[in-house]
Amino acid sequence: MNNVATLESAHDPAVSESTGILRLQGLITGLQGFIWAAYKMMRFLLLFSRQGKLRLQKWFTPLTDREKKKVIRDMMMLVLARPPRSCNFLQWRDLKIVYKRYASLYFCAGLEDKDNELLALEVLHRYVELLDKYFGNVCELDIIFNFEKAYFILDEFLMGGEILETSKLAVGVSMEEADTLQETMEEYMSKPAY
Amino acid sequence: MTVTFLPLQEMIRAIRSARTQCEERGVIQRECAAIRAQFRQADNGGRSHNLAKLLYVHMLGYPAHFGQMECVRMIASPRYSEKRVGYLGAMMLLDEKQDASLLITNSIKNDLSNSNQYIQSLALCTLACMGSAEMCRDLAPEIDRLLRASNSYIKKKAALCAVHIVRKVHDLGELFTKAARSLLTEKNHGVVHGAVVLITELCERNSETLERFRKTVPDLVQIMKGLVISGYSPDHDVAGISDPFLQVRILRLLRILGRNNEAASDAMNDLLAQVATNTDSTKTVGNAVLYETVLTVLDIKSESGLRVLAVNILGRFLLNNDRNIRYIAMTSLQKIVGTDHNAVQRHRGTIVDCLKDQDASVKRRALELSLALVSASNIRSMMKELLSFLSSCPPELRSQTASGIFNAAERYAPSQRWHIDTILHVLTTAGGDVRDETVPNLIQLITNTSELHCYTVHKLYRALLSDISQQPLVQVACWCIGEYGDLLLTGECQETEPVQVTEDYVLDVLETVLQSHMSSPSTRGFALTATMKLSTRITENVDRIRSIVSIYGSCIDVELQQRAVEYNALFKKYDHMRAAVLERMPVIEKNSQGHTNGETIKESQTVKVKPGEPQQPANQVQANAAFYTVFSIVATVTVYEKDGVTVTLSCEKQSDSGLTVTLTASNSTESDIRGFTLQAAVPKSVQLHMKAPSGDSLPARGTAKLVFTFADMSEVYETKVSPVTS
Repeated sequence: MNNVATLESAHDPAVSESTGILRLQGLITGLQGFIWAAYKMMRFLLLFSRQGKLRLQKWFTPLTDREKKKVIRDMMMLVLARPPRSCNFLQWRDLKIVYKRYASLYFCAGLEDKDNELLALEVLHRYVELLDKYFGNVCELDIIFNFEKAYFILDEFLMGGEILETSKLAVGVSMEEADTLQETMEEYMSKPAY
Repeated sequence: MTVTFLPLQEMIRAIRSARTQCEERGVIQRECAAIRAQFRQADNGGRSHNLAKLLYVHMLGYPAHFGQMECVRMIASPRYSEKRVGYLGAMMLLDEKQDASLLITNSIKNDLSNSNQYIQSLALCTLACMGSAEMCRDLAPEIDRLLRASNSYIKKKAALCAVHIVRKVHDLGELFTKAARSLLTEKNHGVVHGAVVLITELCERNSETLERFRKTVPDLVQIMKGLVISGYSPDHDVAGISDPFLQVRILRLLRILGRNNEAASDAMNDLLAQVATNTDSTKTVGNAVLYETVLTVLDIKSESGLRVLAVNILGRFLLNNDRNIRYIAMTSLQKIVGTDHNAVQRHRGTIVDCLKDQDASVKRRALELSLALVSASNIRSMMKELLSFLSSCPPELRSQTASGIFNAAERYAPSQRWHIDTILHVLTTAGGDVRDETVPNLIQLITNTSELHCYTVHKLYRALLSDISQQPLVQVACWCIGEYGDLLLTGECQETEPVQVTEDYVLDVLETVLQSHMSSPSTRGFALTATMKLSTRITENVDRIRSIVSIYGSCIDVELQQRAVEYNALFKKYDHMRAAVLERMPVIEKNSQGHTNGETIKESQTVKVKPGEPQQPANQVQANAAFYTVFSIVATVTVYEKDGVTVTLSCEKQSDSGLTVTLTASNSTESDIRGFTLQAAVPKSVQLHMKAPSGDSLPARGTAKLVFTFADMSEVYETKVSPVTS
């Protein structure tokens, strides 16, 4: 296997990794429900590698495919161009974007204007910790080959752009129990098909 | 069981080992074909794998819409693995705009009442992710039921699902109010967090609900106190802070509840003070909580001691080593610079230091905040910092800096000379990034500072000698040399060291600008007009000017050619008028936007009229100054008002060479006036055709008006207005 990289939780401020907040503006359409600047946690969460390969995308607002592609392109362009040890927060259009690099992966979240950027950094960090706990010393390959699991973990942690569960333990327990429900092949075939 | 497909992981490996984009596309096309075939086949145990493969392909950016129906089918499957992937697929491939999304409403409804909480949670998650307004309306009662009677795992998910529903359909907020209130009393942090988010959402949507929820402030304060004082809880601890996520959310809700309300703000005062002083600020997480506390304190009606505490925290943040902290400190200070200006001024030194930070984001924030902190007392020192910032700042910030400097200079300039110096400095360092109206504004400023004409023209001349690439600077310099070139030639200057130049040198400089490929067309226009103006200010080299002007009469640039031709005509046919036409500009008054040219006529009835509005770009002012006549102005002016007879004049441009002047006479006296005639006299160069008047008697009390029409067919006084070429 090539490309084995380990995700370190570079959270200690002494080991300063580059992080940044980017702001997106005017990109969200179909916002009938979002007339006011709602205190939404996040608009989206993206994971991508240094080479610009998308590893995970979670959208908390409805966007067309074209708009999503544009956001992804712009995020990659802005984040990958940042020098190391820069500020983690950037402004782009009218959103703030928080990004943090963990080994070979960039975690990038788009926030509304009223959101707390520092807390968003904590959210990203918490997600990495959850992945780490689940996969055991998680690396980018784990996320590539088990992307559905990464999504399932995310769905136990965030929902609708807000934090769902603040306890690490609780998320871990839920994942374990849900996994036991996954049938083996015999169980699978013995259940009636749809 | 025949397995004719690649398992998911094999496919991923195959895609990753493709060496070119083309190869990758090939692999993906093959796989997609296999997946499509599999979808059509009967169940063979591989359905969830197939869909997962499709989702992977979708993430790489390839089309996957043919999987939508499969998602719908999988969601309805009794097998958990299939449901799980099916719902994931629905969240990735379906959104509320797709019609297929409605098809899963029934499945979601069924799954919401499933005995297994993990199946319920799948349904809740999907609804909260992509539920459309109709689906939300449909399922809202179910969600309400789950909010009240289920375990905490489901309750917390139902709470956030309710948040989504309220965002999509505002009216449904009413439905959840009661349940939200009771959820606050739960022990489970996830549930309480969900409840706080839901209550926040409800309060923001509806002010009545906000009033009702104000009663929860004591409860929230209690919960918060519990978190702050409590001992170590391994479940929720992050670097010594107990459940910072929940703390921040509660602080946010308190902010909304305390805003504009004295009583609520009082109730939370102590708590906020406690959080502000007790939270450990060595790690980011502590600072996140402190940050939220500061925002809350500044937003509610807090007492002044607390406010001072909050601003001090921001001041501490400014000195923090971590760039992120400094960044958000400046963001927050920006928000309060209007209301707590003095408090922020205290930190001006640190903020100005941040201008020198390496990071672009920090620089931007520091710039915005610095510009907001400029005042009459610190203008000189601040301007020094801003100007040095301008010379080294990143290109994307240049134009913002330049316009910020101009605004500040205009408002707080301690002296005219300082003002002009500052603008010139900006033009030399960042001339390419200034806005268009800088040139006419500067010209106006220079004209109005008559005591500094000599100084200004010297400075600009020197600047021109060193660099002719910055267009705005060159334009202003040419204009100045044209206007005040004679001051250059006297060899005397009080304010600065005079230059010793001859007329030839000055004309050389202007010719260089004219011929340089760096000069834009409008700049060359400036230079040509300046050259022409000098013909009345110098004594010896008028012939040289004549020849320059005639050369440009055949220039390819039409604009330049026209000017040259007109100047030529001025030399040849109207030499007697040249001095008058080209004499010094009068002081330009800064007029308001809605100013019409007509008003300027009243002030000067001579043929040479003041130039038009200063808002026009200077080159247009230039061109028109020489050729404006009373007749070129479209307006209605009262020219005679005596003994009850009023005569008004109005002009209309009929064609390029003709102008219609209409005189309207009215009579406000008691008796008719008979035998009313009008005579007009014009210079020889103007041809006049008078049409018959509408009558020759003015009836009493202005009940009718006599109209005289003149058609003016003049060739020379063409009223062509040059288009703006900037």
